[in-house]
Amino acid sequence: MQSLPQILEGVPVTLLLTFFSISVGFCIGLLLALGRVYGKKAISYGCIVYLEIFRGTPLLVQLFIIYYGLPAVGIIFSPIIAALIGLSLNSAAYQAEYLRGSIQAIPSSQMIAGRTLGMTRLQSIRTVILPQALRISIPAWSNELIYLLKYTSIVVYIQVRDLTFQAKDIASHSSRYLETFLVVALIYLLFTFVFSEIVDRVEKHVRIPGIGLTQTVAKRNA
Amino acid sequence: MHMLEVKEIHKSYGSCEVLKGISFTVDKDETKVIIGTSGTGKSTLLKCINQIDPPDKGEVWLDGEELTNLSTDMNRIRQKIGFVFQDFNLFNHLTALQNVSIGLEKVKKIEKEKAKARAFDELKNVGLEKQAGQYPAQLSGGQKQRVGIARALAMDPVIILFDEPTSALDPELIGDVLDVMKSLAGKVAMLIVTHEMGFARNVADEIIFMEGGNIIESGSPEKMFNNANKERTREFLGRISCLYGKE
Ligand SMILES: Nc1ncnc2c1ncn2[C@@H]1O[C@H](COP(=O)(O)OP(=O)(O)OP(=O)(O)O)[C@@H](O)[C@H]1O
Ligand SMILES: [Mg+2]
Repeated sequence: MQSLPQILEGVPVTLLLTFFSISVGFCIGLLLALGRVYGKKAISYGCIVYLEIFRGTPLLVQLFIIYYGLPAVGIIFSPIIAALIGLSLNSAAYQAEYLRGSIQAIPSSQMIAGRTLGMTRLQSIRTVILPQALRISIPAWSNELIYLLKYTSIVVYIQVRDLTFQAKDIASHSSRYLETFLVVALIYLLFTFVFSEIVDRVEKHVRIPGIGLTQTVAKRNA
Repeated sequence: MHMLEVKEIHKSYGSCEVLKGISFTVDKDETKVIIGTSGTGKSTLLKCINQIDPPDKGEVWLDGEELTNLSTDMNRIRQKIGFVFQDFNLFNHLTALQNVSIGLEKVKKIEKEKAKARAFDELKNVGLEKQAGQYPAQLSGGQKQRVGIARALAMDPVIILFDEPTSALDPELIGDVLDVMKSLAGKVAMLIVTHEMGFARNVADEIIFMEGGNIIESGSPEKMFNNANKERTREFLGRISCLYGKE
């Protein structure tokens, strides 16, 4: 197990890919979702085109286009930058769909209640719709985070030195495939466990009292 | 000059004309009650007044400003028009106190502490100071509706529109809400759609009877209940008084 340090070198790369892509993907995804639900026809249509393209093609092909394809038109990225761009844009499309579902699950009467107080549409979206929609979308978002963590391993195909890349490197030199990949699997498992545990806590923390947790709340009010 | 003036309002959904030329006025601090059968266009009328669903034709004037004029900034005007919904429409993610203070903070841009203090006063006035920290899902229907009224009142409206404020409530909870509304009579103009005939009779300055998108008749409670001109009015009031009780 003297190769453990080399494996661990891949950890920060994998975590960077995951956190960067989930965050940037969230920001872009939120804009896409809002554009689809509230945007004028052209904007809404533009968002749909984006979603269809990124959800309708394999992530690996998207990465290949960005890393191997774009240099043909003079755009050259290092492997890690290409990976960050590809994963972010791809995750944005999936997150947009979760967010759209959550936004549409909030009754339109909530928006009307905001407007009758004199809020603009944007104010109502910000202060009334999104705080509720984002809470609903946490479980789906948690899934996306876990998927994304695992899908980052696909970047070995564009030479990014992430966790899986290091493992492959060690295994092919030492021929200890089983141990090496079991250790790597364990590391991924550890992270997925920790992530879903954290998101779970956050979800409980921001849960709206009286909804879903009726018994606890009833006890507290008794 | 009238506080609110509605002139010849028409509104259609598709080929179905829901409002067929509605005109009436509400003066400062006056209480008017609108009654009428289901599907007559009462809710539509209220939504035409605050331009949430603007009318196709006709004019709405409030305080000397024409709301149906497209250049009127409705976000500013709506602060002056309270709205109380049949199913409350409280903001589910906010406490009772935050529900009342959010309009003050976000729309009137009052600083947080002052807004909270004002919101707390409004909750106290409707008897809910103990529930200030509770969320809508933790409140009874009657309590929710009183938060809804406090939310409207906090904005210092010149008129409040009520769309069947007690229709979604259990009978034993209706009284508390009606009491709050009674206490407002004469202090702010109110336009109230309701089936509560006892309330209409005791509190309204005028009752408007709507049917099929038209105003059939309007007048003082005394006239409407005892001396209505139209046969249709007498018939409706007779039937509804049986259903909902005289007091
Ligand atoms: N957004 C809409 N789209 C299409 N039709 C509508 C819409 N809103 C209302 N209507 C129709 O307009 C008519 C009047 O509806 P409205 O809700 O104003 O009646 P109402 O007098 O408030 O009835 P109720 O006592 O049941 O609340 C109904 O026939 C209804 O189906
Ligand atoms: Mg109605």
